[in-house]
Amino acid sequence: MDVRKNDVPIVISGLTKTFGTLTALDSIDLEIRRGELFGLLGPNGAGKTTLLSILSTILPASSGKAVVCGFDVGRKRSEVRRSIGIVFQDPSLDDELTGEENLDFHGRLYGMSRERRRERIRKTLKLVDLYDRREGIVKTYSGGMRRRLELARGLMHEPLVLFLDEPTLGLDPQTRRKVWAYIRELNETHGLTLILTTHYMDEAEQLCSRVAIIDQGRIVALDTPAALMASLGGDTLNLVVSTASEVFIHSLRKLEEVRSVVCEANRLRVRAAVGESVLPRIFALAQSLGVHITELSTRKSNLEDVFLAVTGRHMRDEPITRPTDRIRLMRRSGKR
Amino acid sequence: MSILTTVHTLWLREMKRFLRNRSRLIGSIALPLIFLGILGTGFAGHFRYKGDVSYTEFIAPGILAMQLLFSSMFGGLSVLWDKQFGFMKEILVAPVSRIAIMTGKTIGTVTTSMLKALVFLVAMLATGLVKPSFSGLLLTLAFMILISAAFVSLGITFAARMSDPQGFQLIMNFVIMPIFFLSGALFPLEGLPVWLKALTYVNPLTYGVDGMRYALNGSAHFPPFLSLGVLFGFWLLTSLVGAWLFEKMPA
Repeated sequence: MDVRKNDVPIVISGLTKTFGTLTALDSIDLEIRRGELFGLLGPNGAGKTTLLSILSTILPASSGKAVVCGFDVGRKRSEVRRSIGIVFQDPSLDDELTGEENLDFHGRLYGMSRERRRERIRKTLKLVDLYDRREGIVKTYSGGMRRRLELARGLMHEPLVLFLDEPTLGLDPQTRRKVWAYIRELNETHGLTLILTTHYMDEAEQLCSRVAIIDQGRIVALDTPAALMASLGGDTLNLVVSTASEVFIHSLRKLEEVRSVVCEANRLRVRAAVGESVLPRIFALAQSLGVHITELSTRKSNLEDVFLAVTGRHMRDEPITRPTDRIRLMRRSGKR
Repeated sequence: MSILTTVHTLWLREMKRFLRNRSRLIGSIALPLIFLGILGTGFAGHFRYKGDVSYTEFIAPGILAMQLLFSSMFGGLSVLWDKQFGFMKEILVAPVSRIAIMTGKTIGTVTTSMLKALVFLVAMLATGLVKPSFSGLLLTLAFMILISAAFVSLGITFAARMSDPQGFQLIMNFVIMPIFFLSGALFPLEGLPVWLKALTYVNPLTYGVDGMRYALNGSAHFPPFLSLGVLFGFWLLTSLVGAWLFEKMPA
């Protein structure tokens, strides 16, 4: 039991959460191992934040079980809270206090001694490159600095697991990459188990060692980003041809590398194992059948394609129109 | 042990914010002085009450109560801003009890409210506007602490139930202002029409104003122990209801 507690800090079985008639989480089963940088990927409203809230004891589950660091989230709330760190989606700093004071406040609430607080403040602020600005009032911090301070605060009490809810929402590309670097460092150098939610494909793809794709409260795919993309059977070729004859399509499908061909008028979408090596063959085939290829583009598969393949929908269909999201973004970028 | 640490942590935060925000500090000390100066002067010639008590002397304890009411209620309601700006989340997911959080918040806000009110009280003592005995001064302090604690709890009670600061204006107009105007802070309770008398009698602040008027100037409408008892009961009620709602508040 103890071994398991250390090696698998998160064990979730049959976890369900309903709000009235809405099912936010539908019988989730999931295990996350120590040292993972785990991503929960899904569109807005998929249930990612709800799952995180239950794991961090903010929300009670409707049914099912979740064990974090060996403690049941429903029954051992204080123990769970002491073992985890959280960086919330929305800003959560006292912006009338200095960066240092925010961390000190946190340390006191978590019962840390004066010496340990001082040491951890120095270490965590140095880690996120804020040590020189520690005496600045948070009000004067940029959006990226605030995010980094929240990251430092989440680490302050040396948690075994760190939860990050949309860690780069509303940050500019440069700051995003910086935050990624910190997250990676925590995972690689310090061996910390991290669980982050995101609706950015590239974030999950580049950062996470394993990804669960969540849609409408269920885990619809679970694997490493590379394996998820490989499961699609390679990359995508988009062809525009003079005439998409039956013979041409039929011959394409017979090619060894080709997994699927979808035809819309004179546009063909070909999914093939090794994109580049198959090109000469397609050209040769087209020439022998007298078909002119007028346009061609190749694209590496990404997690968006995985989402589309699994759910039949695009992930980024809905633009951000919910007022709460817009407010979040405004506040995250430091405008109030 | 851990409860005391939590209470101390929350208290410390209130103190730091209090000392840091100079403009808010000056504003909250200036307001009662302005009130007292303008109202006292404006009504000076038109007020006759129990012999030689001037209007300024009469309303001085009432303005003191006003200052406590405002700063305490605002302090309690600041939980709303902590919710709005997300900081409440950070506090609520910490491994500490909510009762400890609320207690720390209350003691911190009572401390800052008292500090501001004490500046005003000292100013009134220095100008001879109030001339209490030593025991009267102690009784005044007791009333001040009770008023402050009760209205901080009332503020937290409202804040625990509200989700956005837009409700703040509503509380200001329909709770804080009526409590102030119906407290007898600005007029004597004698000779009021029945409806107004009834409203003042159910207002807990009335007993705070009257008690402090007794302690500072020696004249009272109610027996001072009745006033003390009513305020104590009100504090008990608001802190229990506040603690209950704060406990149930979603993070």
